[in-house]
Amino acid sequence: MNSLLVAAAGLVALLDFRLLGGSRLVPIIRAAALQGALLALVSVALRAREVELGFAALALGSAVIKGYLLPALLLRALRQVEIRREVEPLVGYNLSLLIGAAGLGLSALLGARIAANAATSTPLLVSVALFTMWTGLFLIVARRKAVTQVLGYLVFENGIYGFGVAVAGESPLLVEMGVLLDLLVAVFVMGIIIFHIQRDFSHIDVDRLALLRDVDEPAPPGEAP
Amino acid sequence: MIESLVLLPTIAAALVFATRSRRLREGCLLGTAVAHALLVGALAASPPAPSRRAWLGLDPLGLLFLVIVSSLFLLVSVYTVGYLRREPEHARGDLEEAFLFSNEPAPVFVACLLLFLATMSLVTLSRHLGLLWIAIEATTLASAPLVYFHRHHRSLEATWKYLLVCSVGIAFALLGNVALVGAAAGSVTSELGLDELLRAAPRLDRRWLEAAFLLFLVGYGTKMGLAPMHTWLPDAHSEAPSPVSALLSGALLICAFLGILRAQQVLDAAGAHEVAASALRGFGIFSMAVGTLFIVRQRDFKRMLAYSSVEHMGIVALGVGLGGAAAFGAMLHALSHAFAKAALFLVAGNLLARYASKRADDVRGALEAQPASAALWLAGLLAIAGVPPSPLFLSEFAILREALAVAPWTAAAFLALLAIAFAAMLDVGLPMALGRAPAGISRDPEPATALGSPAALALLLLVLGLALPLPVRALLEGAARVIGGG
Repeated sequence: MNSLLVAAAGLVALLDFRLLGGSRLVPIIRAAALQGALLALVSVALRAREVELGFAALALGSAVIKGYLLPALLLRALRQVEIRREVEPLVGYNLSLLIGAAGLGLSALLGARIAANAATSTPLLVSVALFTMWTGLFLIVARRKAVTQVLGYLVFENGIYGFGVAVAGESPLLVEMGVLLDLLVAVFVMGIIIFHIQRDFSHIDVDRLALLRDVDEPAPPGEAP
Repeated sequence: MIESLVLLPTIAAALVFATRSRRLREGCLLGTAVAHALLVGALAASPPAPSRRAWLGLDPLGLLFLVIVSSLFLLVSVYTVGYLRREPEHARGDLEEAFLFSNEPAPVFVACLLLFLATMSLVTLSRHLGLLWIAIEATTLASAPLVYFHRHHRSLEATWKYLLVCSVGIAFALLGNVALVGAAAGSVTSELGLDELLRAAPRLDRRWLEAAFLLFLVGYGTKMGLAPMHTWLPDAHSEAPSPVSALLSGALLICAFLGILRAQQVLDAAGAHEVAASALRGFGIFSMAVGTLFIVRQRDFKRMLAYSSVEHMGIVALGVGLGGAAAFGAMLHALSHAFAKAALFLVAGNLLARYASKRADDVRGALEAQPASAALWLAGLLAIAGVPPSPLFLSEFAILREALAVAPWTAAAFLALLAIAFAAMLDVGLPMALGRAPAGISRDPEPATALGSPAALALLLLVLGLALPLPVRALLEGAARVIGGG
């Protein structure tokens, strides 16, 4: 049982590296989806002794939404906008991996300290969750496309979920459901907006969304549609 | 009964979304706004008995914020009906750059407006921190389509920033929820019910509790527009249509603040008051400084109003951080800022419609071209700057007096920033009203629907400033007591 949990936590961390180093959009969307589904299953595994029906149903629903629905929404947005499928990083892949490694080290240190002060049975998961949050935030700031920012948001959310599973035990079903619903609607709305960005700007590079500012400057070249 | 405050607008939104009839749509919007306000009035007159372990409930703090949301929504929805009628239905040229764009379909806009009301009501009624988080994130999702009403690339950029920055910010608040459950692990049930948390507060783990508060402050502070997490705010407020800007600035920002106040309540009950207070004071002064800095020589008058909101959210946070009489001041400030800023945004919408420019330099001689709007603009500027008889003068005075007693250096910085903001707002705003209107600007009288709501808001401010009515005073004092003020 416990070794399975360690393997799952290790896999989540490996998926973070996949996300940091991946250069093609579709595979990294799948990686984030797998990570979300995996964490949902971990939450069941942690409570193997007294799994209630409602809880199991919720974990299953969470796995379906994070593993299937959310990536399907993102992939649909990708199909609609017919963009190039490369990630186009602002920070190179090698440097991203290095920063990821540094993040993993910090997360391990911080996670151990947090786990020492918490009623947690899985100190490893705390560190992995922190590392996943780090990865998500890094993807939001260091990638150029709107899709990758949404992906970073989802990975960040995965990290929070993992952290919650590790230190907080169970929260009420209704709250979990509400959070999932918010996440679903958020990604849905973001998908629509990505579609409009593509239509208006003929790209979805957010570093070129830079018209609104406080001082008057000529717009970046090639901006006005 | 209180559930209907959330259900009513939700049902109305579904109805509006389904129908194509303009009359029915306007009827739904106005009818819901009036019914909501009446219900809130009835609740304020006879508050329901608090029931323990309930997810929804109404305490004095929630009631104050609910009153602000409901009254503001009523006046803004009256303005919106006229606004939508004046907006052209077909594609037209952009004001700033030459290209064509059209509006969001009116059913989507009005439905989202009603959902926005439902989610904000849910925020004020939540007695469970998990539910509160869901509601605050839902306000972002309901209002993002509102910001994107004018479908062109500038509003799109603003919407994207709003959606992403706020969602990521609020994700930090979710982490705060997790930390709060971590603080409760072992000592109480791992529920996030506010009443259970308040009862069990002394037994909660202090380090986890303080970490949770800071996460809430950063997370909800992003949505509230506290610097340095305010980056989405000026863009969203300047690109959204004026009635939406009024709602964002007047109602939404303080709804996010309610999230921080709920966490502060728990910290107070746990005896960790000083952590919350010093963090709020720090963010408050910093937001005032950043907001004021960007008001100075601001070229875009809607952005100026937006940065003024950053400044005033700073004042509210500072007031709560100081505690004592300043907590009452902060509550009065939240109420009067909501009315004053909403009035200013609505009038800014009138000016924008006539002059077809958001640049303050292009708007000259408004007193000549549209005397009613210009008079309201000047009155609003003086009110927001805290010139008596504005109620903002009373609230700022209360905060200043407490600051002088508790933290003299903070008081000095507070006063200096207020003075700079006063001069800077008038520097941008006065020349817009005075002088001669450029040739080609129409001098036609303005429609009553464009003037009624801002005039009513100005009148409300005058009443609040001249003699704070007793029921309002009781409402504010009740709210201030909840957050530990006198």
